[in-house]
Parts: sequence; structure tokens; C-alpha cells
Amino acid sequence: MKLTLKIWRQKNASDKGAFVTYPIDGISTDMSFLEMMDVLNEELAIKGEDPVHFDHDCREGICGMCSLYINGHPHGPQQTTTCQLHMRSFSDGETITIEPWRAAAFPVVKDLVVDRGSFDRIIQAGGYVNVNTGGVPDANEIPIPKRVADEAFDSATCIGCGACVAACKNASAMLFTSAKISQLAMLPQGQVERMSRAEKMVAQMDDEGFGACTNTGACEAECPKGISLTNIARMNREYFSASVKSENV
Amino acid sequence: MILDSKSPIGPLAEKWTKHKFNSKLVNPANKRKYEVIVVGTGLAGASAAASLAELGYKVKAFCFQDSPRRAHSIAAQGGINAAKNYQNDGDSVYRLFYDTIKGGDYRSRESNVYRLAEVSVNIIDQCVAQGVPFAREYGGLLANRSFGGAQVSRTFYARGQTGQQLLLGAYSALSRQVANGKVKLYPRTEMMDVVTIDGHARGIVTRNLITGKIETHAAHAVLLCTGGYGNVFFLSTNAMGSNVTAAWRAHKKGAYFANPCYTQIHPTCIPVSGDHQSKLTLMSESLRNDGRVWVPKTVELAQKLRKGEIKPRDIKDEDRDYYLERKYPSFGNLVPRDVASRNAKDVCDEGRGVNETGQAVFLDFRDAINRDSEDAIRARYGNLFDMYQQITGENPYQTPMKIYPAVHYTMGGLWVDYNLSTTVPGLYSLGEANFSDHGANRLGASALMQGLADGYFVVPYTIGDYLAQIGPAPVDTNHPEFAKAEKGVKDAIQKLLSINGTKTVDHFHKALGHIMWEYCGMARNAEGLTKAKGMIQELRKEFWRDVKVLGANEELNQTLEKASRVADFLELGELMVDDALNRSESCGGHFRLESQTPDGEALRDDENFAYAAAWEFMAENSPETLHKEPLVFENVKLTQRSYK
Repeated sequence: MKLTLKIWRQKNASDKGAFVTYPIDGISTDMSFLEMMDVLNEELAIKGEDPVHFDHDCREGICGMCSLYINGHPHGPQQTTTCQLHMRSFSDGETITIEPWRAAAFPVVKDLVVDRGSFDRIIQAGGYVNVNTGGVPDANEIPIPKRVADEAFDSATCIGCGACVAACKNASAMLFTSAKISQLAMLPQGQVERMSRAEKMVAQMDDEGFGACTNTGACEAECPKGISLTNIARMNREYFSASVKSENV
Repeated sequence: MILDSKSPIGPLAEKWTKHKFNSKLVNPANKRKYEVIVVGTGLAGASAAASLAELGYKVKAFCFQDSPRRAHSIAAQGGINAAKNYQNDGDSVYRLFYDTIKGGDYRSRESNVYRLAEVSVNIIDQCVAQGVPFAREYGGLLANRSFGGAQVSRTFYARGQTGQQLLLGAYSALSRQVANGKVKLYPRTEMMDVVTIDGHARGIVTRNLITGKIETHAAHAVLLCTGGYGNVFFLSTNAMGSNVTAAWRAHKKGAYFANPCYTQIHPTCIPVSGDHQSKLTLMSESLRNDGRVWVPKTVELAQKLRKGEIKPRDIKDEDRDYYLERKYPSFGNLVPRDVASRNAKDVCDEGRGVNETGQAVFLDFRDAINRDSEDAIRARYGNLFDMYQQITGENPYQTPMKIYPAVHYTMGGLWVDYNLSTTVPGLYSLGEANFSDHGANRLGASALMQGLADGYFVVPYTIGDYLAQIGPAPVDTNHPEFAKAEKGVKDAIQKLLSINGTKTVDHFHKALGHIMWEYCGMARNAEGLTKAKGMIQELRKEFWRDVKVLGANEELNQTLEKASRVADFLELGELMVDDALNRSESCGGHFRLESQTPDGEALRDDENFAYAAAWEFMAENSPETLHKEPLVFENVKLTQRSYK
């Protein structure tokens, strides 16, 4: 395959940044998208040009590190992570535009690399059960209906990549935040701190500068792990319920 | 130096309890005066950092990823073992201990393995309390599946994403301590060196990957939870960033490196498809519960398959060789990983491989789908089947998967005693980064168990004994050793940047990977290993003469990061070859062609090799010194491992 790549280059956080066009040839349809980027970077390196920086690690769709905005879609045209996207999803001669995630709460570090520390801080605000190591009951003393466990798992499967934020016109982090709130709200282990968790995580999300949700569903449509919009509804319910009952507000 | 394993004396089942009682304690008010550095935030690192912070220690946690949640433990698929005996099928702590010792081909330390089995039950309790959504039965209790090398069902799982769920559990515990101010987090920060003062580990040197700033951090103890070194092979199932740098630099500061030649080649991975390939993808071993492994009985049929003249479904049952079921009737498709991998290599070497390259065997779900329905199989392995289809473009519900072995895990690592302390006092190593527990071959679903055992339930006890002895006097980075280590790191970076040669870092990494896979992979012999040693030495020289590392230190520079890691792999590779040469027996994942039984199984030499080989770094480009820790078996009888 022969392709034209339009890639966002930005030297560092304070640089203005711009698109640079790179022609590339000899790409096999079996390559993953990131392997295609590897080929480009090898060519750039041999020519003595700075390789395009992008985040990636596990390359099997689970670590959530890769984060490219390809042709107007986070992780490209398929509902998967960029590392699991293969060149057979593109056609010969195509022009591919590659940008970083765009969101005020995800500042660009360099080229296609962004800082997603805001997600960590949302989890730090309450995305856990307050138990110390040791002194917990036997695992089978907490029976959980299979349906509930499965549903909680569906929320827990979020990989924290940030595609939901990148897809949203408001750069809202509701899908990410609600997935964790939902997981713990559904499970018996999460009941004790259910209200304060919703309050604190939502407050942190707002502090980080993520936008509000206007129910367009773009996040769900682009989520590589199929996290459902239902989570946002559940989070809203949790939050409103907390704001009525909680002593913290 | 004599290697003292510090294994407690007394009956096996009482060792850990007794040892905990005999360990000194740090009183709660004093704990906050101690600082502990944890490098790596995978299962071992995150669980250790969280647990130590809960106890009251001041913790600094470092990872090279942008968030601790991305450590490569996240990618573990199949499950985690624990001797709960929830299935009433005869499991016990002793049986898990025995299976692990035997699975490791009698090359691990009895006391450590027993402790691992003992605390395995606590891990499951801990994870459930954190809200880890394990698979459950309709009655609401936990479900189990079986895994290779065991005849009981003791593996707990969360679909095919068990590592993810366990890591997110540990990450949540860690995040909670960050919020409490007990852990300070340093993401996108790479450890570049360990600082030792008077023989004790007293801190580390790091590089901020965004700004390039070289910094020093002091502590009373340093924990290396930095994973394995499988990426020395370039192609492996490891994440792209997984590296040996932290462990290797510690090694050069005095920590012995044990059994580096023990690498696990996982039998069920997606085969290599071309030169562009950057990594190999694992298909969980749990698939062998329902998938049947086969190749055609004849080379002729295999050739027709390779040319695309026939489809796998066209081959009748009587023309298929379900070779694992045939050779190992009692374990069948669930033989341990080393046995499954070697057999796949053998049938492909005979010319019966099934893809274009001839380097693949089938993993077929036809019979399981006919027996249990497609929906049942989808419920068990849906995400794995999707991933397979995504990568290969083939639908495994309709046509058998093609699989081939790939480098997956390294049993070798920093030598540690029963306390998980390396040979440098104050320097600990946890999880895959150490050499303990798995011997010469790790059983499936045991890596997650070991990482969490070390972090949640072992090091929080053993570190107290050391800290109580050295006392809580404050530490700082003013000692000249810090400045010296910092300068060493800066000089090494400058050297890499100044070569300005003609070949890329990946060029050298791939070349090293080829050498390792060819001569130090699934089958090894003295001739090949000797050749490989020379080739690695040459390649290393060429690297330092001709590598091209662009850019500067004072910026995000992924080429520089890679170059610095590959430089360490180039040194480690040679030590792996030395270790493989020295161990002229076969055991577990280390298969020396010179040492096999008449029917081609690994043949151990217990008289001469029942020891852990711990290597001591002497000087740059000099041979390392071998120290032997004899392995004493008081409870199990060493036998020829048989899964027939």
C-alpha cells in the first residue's frame, strides 16, 4: 500500500504545532497501524529526522496507552484500540490524518503524546474500596449474583485510554468516571462509600476541566471496550441521590 | 560470598509462621520515619507500594508508563491460582506447592514455593474485597477453571482479562494511598541506577522521560518490581516498553542475577506473519481447556494446507494427529507450557506445520462448539476470539486457530533470599523481576499469584526485619555516592547521543533477538550457544560504534529510552548464553539437545545441577562469577517429570 500521512507535530507543550505530510510506501495490509508508524519512524531515523512520538505499550488492546485520533475518530475507523487496528481497514492511496487526543484536560506533551494524569486523579478521588491488605472476609462470604458480577465486569473493563473524551465535542470524561462509579455501585463491596464516592469523583472530574455531557453518545460509539452509556445514567442517579442524602454537600 | 537463602528451619508448613514471628517489627509510630522506594507499578509493585503505605511507611512509586495502571501485568489473560479448594476436587496448599515444584522441574526453593501456595488463598480474599469482578457461578460463588500442569480446578478468572482486573484492584489500592498522601507517584520516570552506600541500597537515580531531568531519590530500602526481560528476544508477548534496565543496573551494583537462561516460551501465541512485526500476541492458555491441538498426520497433507489447496475442515479425523492427547493421555492438551511448546516445535520441524511459514499448529474448537454450543464458547473466550479475528482476519468459530510458541515470561531474575532481599542489603526484588518460585518453568496462572503474594503478603512482613535493624535515621541524597551515580547516568546518556552512527536502535534490537531466538530459544546446544556468545559480543561492539540516537536528553526522546534499554539487553543476552552453556542438563523451559530422554523429553541431571545459578557482575566486558545455591528437597522426591 501507498499512503499519505498527515501527522500533527508539536515539539513540546508550549510549541504551537502543525501538520506535516509524509508519503509512505510498501505498507502491508497485515501490519497493525502502529507497525506502520514504526516503519515511518525507521525511515525518519535513517534520514536523521526526529521520529514521530506516540504512546503505546502492550500492543494487544488492554493497557490503554495508545491514543491516536485517526481520520476524525479516536483509535480510527474500527471500534478497537489503535494497536489492534490493522492496515486492511484502509485503502491503497488513502490520505490518513493523525492527531493527538484534543482536550484541555489532556495537554499535549509532544507530537501525539498527551498527559492523561487527570484520569489518575479522578480515580484517586474515590475510585476504590477503602480496605487495607489483610483482615478481609473469605472471598466466598460475599456471594454476588452472576448477573450483577457480569454487569460490574462490563463497567470494569474500561482501559482508561481517553477515547471517550477525545470523541466528545465537550471533552467530557463522564463515560470514564461513570464506569468506575458503576462498577463499585453495583457490587456489595462498594456500598459503604457509595455516596461519597460519586460526589468526590464527579467533583474531581469537574476540577480537571472536563466538559459536561450532552448525551450525544459519541463516547459509547467510539469506546474500544464497548462501555455503555447506561453507566452515565447510573452515575447521574448516584450523584443526585448522594446530593439529596449525603452530609458532605 | 556464600549465598544464604535464609530459609527457616523446621517443618515446611510452619516455616512462614515461625519466620514472621522471628522477624523484628517496626513500631507503628516509627514507620512514618522510614522511606521506601518502589520501582514498577505492576501487580508486585502496586500491591507492595499500597500495602507498605497502609502500614505507615513513606513510599515513592515509579513507573515509566504515563499511569501506574498501564504496567504490563494488565495484559495477563487467563487467571490466578489459589489453593481454595472451592471445587471440592482435592486441592490443598500442599498440592499447589507440589504442582508448582514439579511444574518448575525441581529447580525452585521448597520454602518459597510453599509460602506462595500458603498465601495464595489470602490473595483471592483481598482482591474480592477490593471489588475485583471475578467470574461467578449462578449461586453467586466464585467460579474456577483448570490450567496446564494441574489436575484440579483452582484458577480464578475474570473473563480473559484477569490481569487487568487484578491490576486495577492493586492500582485502586495504590491510588487510595496517593490520595492519603502516603505514596508519592512518579509516572513517566525511569530508574537508571541504584545507589549503594557502604554496601546497602540507599536510593536510586531516575530520568524524567518528559523533561530528561536526571534526579536522585534516597530511601531506607528500594524494591525492584520491574518485570521480566523477555524483550531481549525483540519479539515476545511483552509490552513494547518492558525492559531489564532496572534489574540489570542493580545487577551491576552487586545484586546477583539468577538462572537467566530460564525463559518461558508460551505455546499458544499468534504466529509470526512478517518482518514488520513488532510483538507477538498471546492467546490465553485457558483456551487449551476446550481447544484441541493438532496437525495433519502426514507432511503431504500439511503441504496441501500451506498451499491453500485444502481447508483445515477438509481433513478427516483419522488424518489428524492430536499429538498432545496421543502422547500425554492423562494431561492431554493441558500439559505444562514447556512440554506443549517443544512438541509444537517438533511437529513443525517434521514439516507438518500448517501456515505459509510452516511454523504453526491448529488449536481447534470444533468439538467444544458441537458439545457446548457456540454461545457457551463465546461466553468463556469471547474477547480472545475477537482479538484473534482482529489480528489475523480469520474467524476462529469457523476455522481452527493457528498458534505457535513465543517468548512470554522469564523465570530467571535477580537472586533473592526467603525475605525477597537481593544480595545487596536493602534492595528487594518482587514479582517476575526476581528468580524465585517458578524454577525452570512457570505454570499457567501462577505469575499473577506470585506478583500479588510478594507485594501484598510477603514483603510487608520481611522488610520490617531489615528496617528495624538499620534504624530510622533520616536519609538524604547529599552523600557523594549519589553524585557519582548521577554523573555515571549522565555520561552514559551523553555517550549514546554522541555516537551518531548509521544504524537504528531497532536494527540492533532485532539482530539481538534473532541470535537469542535461534541459539538460546526453545532448543539449545553447546555449539550454537558458543557461536551466539561471539555474535552478541560483536553486535555489542557495533552498537557502541554505530548506533544512531537522535535528539537531545532534555526532551521526550523515545529513541534514547529505547537505546538505553537495548544497551542493557545486549549485556544480558551474553549472560543468558553463559548460563545456558553452563547448565548442560535440560530442565523445564531450558532444553539442551545434548540432554534428553529416549522419547525426547527434558532430562535433568540432579547430581550436578540441583542448584540455582547466581551470577555476580565483576567488571565491564569481563566474565561473571558463578555462585551456586544448592537446592535442598526435604519434602518432595525428585522424579523424571511425567505428564503421560
